Amino acid sequence: MITFLFYLFALLAGASALTILFVRNVFYGALSLMACLLSIAALYVLAYAEFVAVTQILIYAGGIAIVILFGIMLTSRVRGVPLVVQHNNLFGAVVAGVALFGLLVTVFSHHTVTPVPTSTEGTQTLQPAQAIGVATLTAYLLPFEVIGILLLIAAVGAMVIAGSLKSKQP
Amino acid sequence: MLPVHHLLYLGALLFTTGLMITIIKRNAIMVLLGLELMLNAANLNLIAFNQQTPGSPDGQMFALFVIVVAVSEVAVGLAIVLRVYRYFQTAVPDEIRELKD
Repeated sequence: MITFLFYLFALLAGASALTILFVRNVFYGALSLMACLLSIAALYVLAYAEFVAVTQILIYAGGIAIVILFGIMLTSRVRGVPLVVQHNNLFGAVVAGVALFGLLVTVFSHHTVTPVPTSTEGTQTLQPAQAIGVATLTAYLLPFEVIGILLLIAAVGAMVIAGSLKSKQP
Repeated sequence: MLPVHHLLYLGALLFTTGLMITIIKRNAIMVLLGLELMLNAANLNLIAFNQQTPGSPDGQMFALFVIVVAVSEVAVGLAIVLRVYRYFQTAVPDEIRELKD
């Protein structure tokens, strides 16, 4: 059952990612990205990373989706006409993509990954979400604070950049 | 436990697709979508390897930090796109050819 669900959601993620590549309407591209990100969240649940899955759904489906849709609606030139994107550099992109994908698959298929036996006794009894909470406030305290400051700077900076707008062609 | 290699192949496919979207599309918002896809492919690899060390949340912590950085990036990026669109009346980076007033 879990294997079937894994391949189902992996197929969904790959197909919706390829859909973004082929559609020309930016709105459909954003919706396909949402489908892809939610499929990836389902894969996280199947991989026993529930907290990351919930964070992915909250942040991507709740935050980034709304922000990207606002961006699309604010940058469409004519009201009522869908924002259609042009393609360029097709040859170079296909060459780069196929080369990179072939390289990655070749490297992955020549290596075997073996599970690492853990020796930590304290974290064995914790639930996964509890283990993340404990690690956030002990081992990862400094990165946690730094990432909070980074998020604050980014939010204030985004507001300042998008706030005082002036137009070159009024 | 999910097969690690198949997760890695899916991550490679998503990363490659994101790279091709970033190169092909001319609209700045589509380029941002491609960047998000690439960051998610990296996250998928982190979760796949985190499965191999049960009892240790290190990979999940890295994934959470990557998600926060992705949020910051898309917020600032979209703010810049909006500002550029208001100023130049276009969201296509190739059509912007001047740097100052």
